[in-house]
Amino acid sequence: MQAPVTQGYGSSVSEPEPSTEARRIAAEARDRVRFEEEALALADQIYRVARRLVGSREEAEDLVQETYARAFRSWRSYTPGTNMRAWLFRILTNLNLDRGRRIQRTPDMQPLEESDYYLANKLASAAGEEVLDQEHVVDRLSQDSVVKALSDIPPQFRDVVVLVDIGDFTYADAAQILDVPIGTVMSRLHRGRRALKQHLAEETLA
Amino acid sequence: MTQHDPCDRCEELMQDFLDRTLTDSEWKEAESHLMGCEYCARRYRFEETLRRYVKTSAVERMPPSLMAKLEELRGFDVTA
Repeated sequence: MQAPVTQGYGSSVSEPEPSTEARRIAAEARDRVRFEEEALALADQIYRVARRLVGSREEAEDLVQETYARAFRSWRSYTPGTNMRAWLFRILTNLNLDRGRRIQRTPDMQPLEESDYYLANKLASAAGEEVLDQEHVVDRLSQDSVVKALSDIPPQFRDVVVLVDIGDFTYADAAQILDVPIGTVMSRLHRGRRALKQHLAEETLA
Repeated sequence: MTQHDPCDRCEELMQDFLDRTLTDSEWKEAESHLMGCEYCARRYRFEETLRRYVKTSAVERMPPSLMAKLEELRGFDVTA
C-alpha cells in the first residue's frame, strides 16, 4: 500500500515508498504537535491555579514554564484520552514541592477546628443579626481578602482547597495529583476550607 | 427561627451537599430539610454564594507574555 506520507519529515519525502521508519517518525511528530497544542490550550487554566499555589506572579510564571518544559520533554508518558489537565498538575505540584516554593507560614501549624459556619456566624454577629443573607458575602468581603486568606492556609491544606475549589478538580483527581489517598484529600479539604473561613473572618473584621 | 437538631445535621451535610458528594439518601435528607427550613436555606445560600465568590475572586488571568514563552518551549524532546 502506498500511503501518502505527510511532507516535510526526513529524507523520505522524495522516495516513492517511504520507509516504515520514516512513517513512524512522521506519525510521532504529528502526535507530538497534537500533544503540544492540547497542552497549550490549557495554559490559562493551569496558570490561574498555579498563581494561587505560590506567593507571587513571578513564581507562578516560572512554575508554569518549568511545568511545560518538563511536559514537552516527557510527552510520551502521557496516555492520550486521559485527563491532561490533571497530568500537567501532577507535574506542577511535584515541581512546586521539589523547589520548596509553596507559600510557607511559620510555623506550619494545623488550622484550628472552627465550625463550617464560622465566617457566616462572625459576619452575622458583627452585623447584629442571627443569620446573614447571601448578599452580605459580596458586601462584606473583598477580592484582596480572599487572595490573602487563601495564601494564609497552611500549604498542604491550601493545595487541596485550590485544586478542588479554584481548579474544579474532583476529589479523585486531586488525590492522584497530590499522590495521597482520597480520604486525605477530603479531610484536608474540610479543614482547609475552615481555615479559609477563619482567615476571611480575621481579614474582614480586623 | 431557632436552630434545632435537624439543623445541626444539615450543617454536617452542607459542605458535601455543595460538593454534590452525598449519598442518595443523605442528599434526600438534606434536600427535604432545606425545602422546609428557612434558617438552613439561608445558610445554604450564604455558603453557596461564598464558594462562588472565593472562586471568582481568586482568578488572575495569565499574562499574555507567558504564552509566548510557553510556545518557545515546544519541540524540545530529549527522548527522541
